[in-house]
Amino acid sequence: MGYVAVSGGQEAIEASIRLLDHCRAGGGQELELSAVQQKLGLLIDRVMGEAGLYAPDYAALVLKQCEGCVEEAVFLLRAYRSTLPRNYYTQTADTDDMRIIRRISAAFKDIQGGQILGATYDYTHRLIHFDLKNEDPMELLRRVREELECQEPQPPKACPRVSDTLKKEGLIDTYEPDDSEPFDVTEQMLEFPAPRSARLQTLARADTGFLGGLAYSVLRGFGAIHPTVGELRTGYVELLVDYPFGEGESIWIGEILITEVECFSEADGEKEMKLADGYGVVFGRNENKAIAMSVVDRELDLPGDFPARDEEFVLMHGDSLEMNGFISHLKLPHYVTFQSKLDAVRKTRKKPQASGEAEHGADEESQGGCNEE
Amino acid sequence: MKSEYNYGFLDEGSKREIRRSVLKAVAIPGYQVPFGSRELPIGRGWGTGGIQLTLSLIGPEDVLKVIDQGSDESVNAVNIKKFVALCTDVPTTIHTAEATIVQTRHRVPEVPMKNNQILVLQVPTPEPLRVIEPKEEVTKKMHAEKDYAGIWLQLYECLIRYGKVTIGAEYPCMVEGRYVMNPSPIPKFDNPKLNDAECLYLFGAGREKKIYAIPPHTQVIPLAFEDVPFEREDFSGRKCRLCGSEDTYLDEIFDAETGERYYQCSDTAYCKEVRARHESNH
Repeated sequence: MGYVAVSGGQEAIEASIRLLDHCRAGGGQELELSAVQQKLGLLIDRVMGEAGLYAPDYAALVLKQCEGCVEEAVFLLRAYRSTLPRNYYTQTADTDDMRIIRRISAAFKDIQGGQILGATYDYTHRLIHFDLKNEDPMELLRRVREELECQEPQPPKACPRVSDTLKKEGLIDTYEPDDSEPFDVTEQMLEFPAPRSARLQTLARADTGFLGGLAYSVLRGFGAIHPTVGELRTGYVELLVDYPFGEGESIWIGEILITEVECFSEADGEKEMKLADGYGVVFGRNENKAIAMSVVDRELDLPGDFPARDEEFVLMHGDSLEMNGFISHLKLPHYVTFQSKLDAVRKTRKKPQASGEAEHGADEESQGGCNEE
Repeated sequence: MKSEYNYGFLDEGSKREIRRSVLKAVAIPGYQVPFGSRELPIGRGWGTGGIQLTLSLIGPEDVLKVIDQGSDESVNAVNIKKFVALCTDVPTTIHTAEATIVQTRHRVPEVPMKNNQILVLQVPTPEPLRVIEPKEEVTKKMHAEKDYAGIWLQLYECLIRYGKVTIGAEYPCMVEGRYVMNPSPIPKFDNPKLNDAECLYLFGAGREKKIYAIPPHTQVIPLAFEDVPFEREDFSGRKCRLCGSEDTYLDEIFDAETGERYYQCSDTAYCKEVRARHESNH
């Protein structure tokens, strides 16, 4: 009987939450938080990025709490974030000074500072390594450390941006630095047309899959075709805040790992063609998302009807928390609204001439029809 | 109440910001005020707009009632009450008359509310024009220009196709002759309760980041043509199988075994009160 489902909610919820512990208990194995944080780093990166909170410890903790579900983990971090007062904004971080661990360009073979392949799965064969089933973790650690000790340390080289060269040549437009206060999407509702700071913040926090699908649609033909990754760099940037008691002084609060991408595509100039630059940046090493972001950023500047060119469509539908919240709410009871819909549908089936007693009869008849289904 | 959270979960700055948006909403009835909606430990789309309103308004003196589709015991209503209890110490009630704040999803209680009470409605889609125009940028201009031709046309098209206005819940209303407003997915049955009411109605949409309000004694008229009057859901000839009420919104219930169909008050607390009155009369 339908009604039982909505009464006794309290006990049902409590039992359901206890059942989650059964799901989480597994076979009693240890799930060390430090292992989740250090060995599932790309998962941590994705969760932190979509949550908009750089907190590797908490990201590991919430993943443990929710059986590794990305959207639940993002949800938990975001909700926690709401309870924290906003004390400082950092100074603008200059990614030119990034301590780079990976840097590639698909536009030029030789770039100043050099290409640094770094760690990437790009050139692995995707074959399952069955020997990992019996891997000795300490032996693995010993081996990688040994390899590290044989290396000669080299001073970091300056890596100017690839786009700087093209800007000097006039192929990419140069803009005056915009030091106006950025729009904060966590404290204000987005308005359209959105300022660029709002666009980039929204894309940086967007669901990885959503952004990937959109960028893919651009490459397949629902947009400008095939941009080139001018530069992808991953590394650590230092964060500073103003020292409140000293003019011009700063406090170093730490460093974060980010991936930054600039992609180049053709653009119409006044008389001749030029190149346009799309920008993407994400927490950690989630580099496909950074590339996708740069593609979509560029696409949003173009006029036309493709989905990825529609600012409101792109910026309003990519938030993990919002999309998953609204989709999951469909599981809530809708008895009242459905009853209202049912009433409207039934009324259209009544014969127009029917009224009074006759109308009542017609209604009973249509109900009978429903019962038989 | 757990001491590791601030009273009402949100920090005081956020609560103040929400109250300021509420004041603006009250000053411009039916106008959707944008606000910086905060993430809550409850899903977006599960009443987070209403909860943010409740949390920003609630204080130790308050008595809270939460209903979902009319029921105090529905899983979501229970869950919201549990969350509010985690970060405040206010007592809860099922009796509408006892509450100072009633948070609701998809219903206005059957007992008329008074001028010392606030009804907080959870809103999934605050924009009444969204059905005809998907873009916020455009609908904002339409409101500014009071361009409501599209929504009237939609009503007219319904009439041409079906001979009836086929909108169910979320029936658009004109507020004080200025703004067309979505009353949230309350059934048409509840729409007249919004007009010239004693209490304050607050509408919160967390995911869409909007707050709007109907202050007491505001004119709220469902959109309808002069020759085709507004019609509520029709329950004529039916009554609640538990309390016998013939003037309430009824849930339709099937008995899976017998195939029998019967009706029951959607407002479960009201139904209980009516039954208690019957018993004390006997």
